[in-house]
Amino acid sequence: MSRLAPGVRLPGVAPLLLVASTVVMAVLVVLPLGVVFHDAFAKGVGQFVEALKQPDAVAAVKLTLWVAAISVPLNALFGLAAAWAITKFDFRGKTVLLTLIDLPFSISPVVSGLVWVLLFGAQGWFGEWLIDHDVRIIFALPGLVLATILVTFPFVARELIPLMQDQGVDEEAAALTLGASGFTTFWKITLPNIRWALLYGVLLCNARAMGEFGAVSVVSGHIRGETTTLPLHVEVLYNDYDFVGAFAAASILASLGLVTLVLKTALEWRHSGELAASRRH
Amino acid sequence: MQPAADTKVTANSLEIRGISKAFGRFPALKDVSLQARDKEFLALLGPSGSGKTTLLRVLAGLEQPDSGEVRFDDEDFLALPVRARRVGMVFQHYALFRHMTVAQNIAFGLKVRPRSERPAKSEIADRVADLLSLVQLEGLEKRFPSQLSGGQRQRVALARALAIEPRMLLLDEPFGALDAQVRRDLRRWLRELHDRAGVTTVFVTHDQEEALDLADRVAILRDGQLVQLGAPNELYEAPADPFVYDFLGAACRLPGEVSGGRLKVAGGWETRAPAGSPEGRVEVFFRPDEVSFAVPEGQGLAAEVRTASIRGPKTRIECVVSGVHMELEALGGAAPEGVAPGQTVHVRPTRPKVYAAEA
Repeated sequence: MSRLAPGVRLPGVAPLLLVASTVVMAVLVVLPLGVVFHDAFAKGVGQFVEALKQPDAVAAVKLTLWVAAISVPLNALFGLAAAWAITKFDFRGKTVLLTLIDLPFSISPVVSGLVWVLLFGAQGWFGEWLIDHDVRIIFALPGLVLATILVTFPFVARELIPLMQDQGVDEEAAALTLGASGFTTFWKITLPNIRWALLYGVLLCNARAMGEFGAVSVVSGHIRGETTTLPLHVEVLYNDYDFVGAFAAASILASLGLVTLVLKTALEWRHSGELAASRRH
Repeated sequence: MQPAADTKVTANSLEIRGISKAFGRFPALKDVSLQARDKEFLALLGPSGSGKTTLLRVLAGLEQPDSGEVRFDDEDFLALPVRARRVGMVFQHYALFRHMTVAQNIAFGLKVRPRSERPAKSEIADRVADLLSLVQLEGLEKRFPSQLSGGQRQRVALARALAIEPRMLLLDEPFGALDAQVRRDLRRWLRELHDRAGVTTVFVTHDQEEALDLADRVAILRDGQLVQLGAPNELYEAPADPFVYDFLGAACRLPGEVSGGRLKVAGGWETRAPAGSPEGRVEVFFRPDEVSFAVPEGQGLAAEVRTASIRGPKTRIECVVSGVHMELEALGGAAPEGVAPGQTVHVRPTRPKVYAAEA
């Protein structure tokens, strides 16, 4: 994270702000997070484990992993390609592409889910064709993946673009003059220069992919044990007044968040110079 | 100054014919033609925006010109992709691979060769060691670029470019990012390196002193056009136009008039017009140090002295000649006799240049 600005002191005010923000953080972040774990273990470890061993819970975890395992690598690839094109080449419509990449950040995830229903749902544009050919997208894994991809698309690209813009194209040009092919140049020069930023972007992308609720909720259909990802599973159980189950599942998501946070911090600490995020945040 | 390029006629190895290149509406190069002889050290000199870097990048293959032709050793260079041209390019900011050590940087061009042409590992290591000693960086092979000084980075970039045994060496402002002392040292060293490596070298600079000091020949560019191409001495002695005169060093200028072989200069001096002077209204140029002082009245320019300051072996004299403010230089530890603030002295340019006045 950012280093302390040297030599600037605001006597009296700074400690006050520090205390204030600590209190706010405690109330808004630490307390709710504590509640999640507290309620998950409210009826003992046995109940907690039992809740997670439910077939529906296991299915939800598996589905979540599948969705992430498919959408995160694809988004890493798309993000890399988009960032590469935007930062290393000049072409018309660059700003349009940049805006499109940011679009998922600015529209509601529900809309991101809904567009797929409009396209592939039973009443959608391709609905009839899909039904005729027995292809299931909505209320199935492909729909969940599509919704997740759309929502998490900006993470990798947004992380890479500022860094790659900063690095310029001189190193690539040098590699070309030294006889390297385009592929070699990408593999040996471009990619190593952005590897930590890429990892960082993938990490954030993954956290969002696993935790996404709105978009997948629209396309899921909430078929228990089949199309409920972990966040949806939490909701289903909560609505059923199965609080231990809901919080047990939520605690997995919360742990995922904590692990992401630790890895993210470690990356920022070790490789801050190679991350665009350290300059932006 | 360099000894004049050998007088025997050597073949042109680089032929640039009618190169034009525009970026959008901005024309960066307009119909530039020039040649470099085999093993020549050619400087592309010009102010920023003159198109010199664009021309260099065209030679490297990093830019495609809109029209024109580049031949190297009688081969159509523009038809070759960058990687097939085998030019060693040193970028202005070196463009070292930041995630590789010095040794890895230098070895890169050899390692990326197709397997059939790639030297054995031990051969590559030997070559890297040779180059490291050539650029005097022994012992730094394990360092990363971020751990090097500017001058060291520059030498790594040069070693990396030389590793591929380039047919031509291209240097973009090779000393641009270095401080004055390092510049001077590296300049000599680069010239020696060029002479030893025996490879045609084109380098871009905006520093006239650097160009005149280093190059066999200098091509002066302005607004995307070639203004003059010649040996440093030729350029200095016979600048093609006021721009070149001005660009190659400090210049004093006065309006004047040529008629009937006589040159009348504002400030009350009349003399025989230099050979080849245009008739009519002219601009008279001379260097601040090409002036003789203590000339009898009527035989030189009347200069009202404002200040005279002694700096080591030079005396700098600020004065006004016929309403034009100028600085003159006199060699010798003391101000010439009679030169003191408030005085009027008579000075005579020893080697004035005359150009037709711009309309």
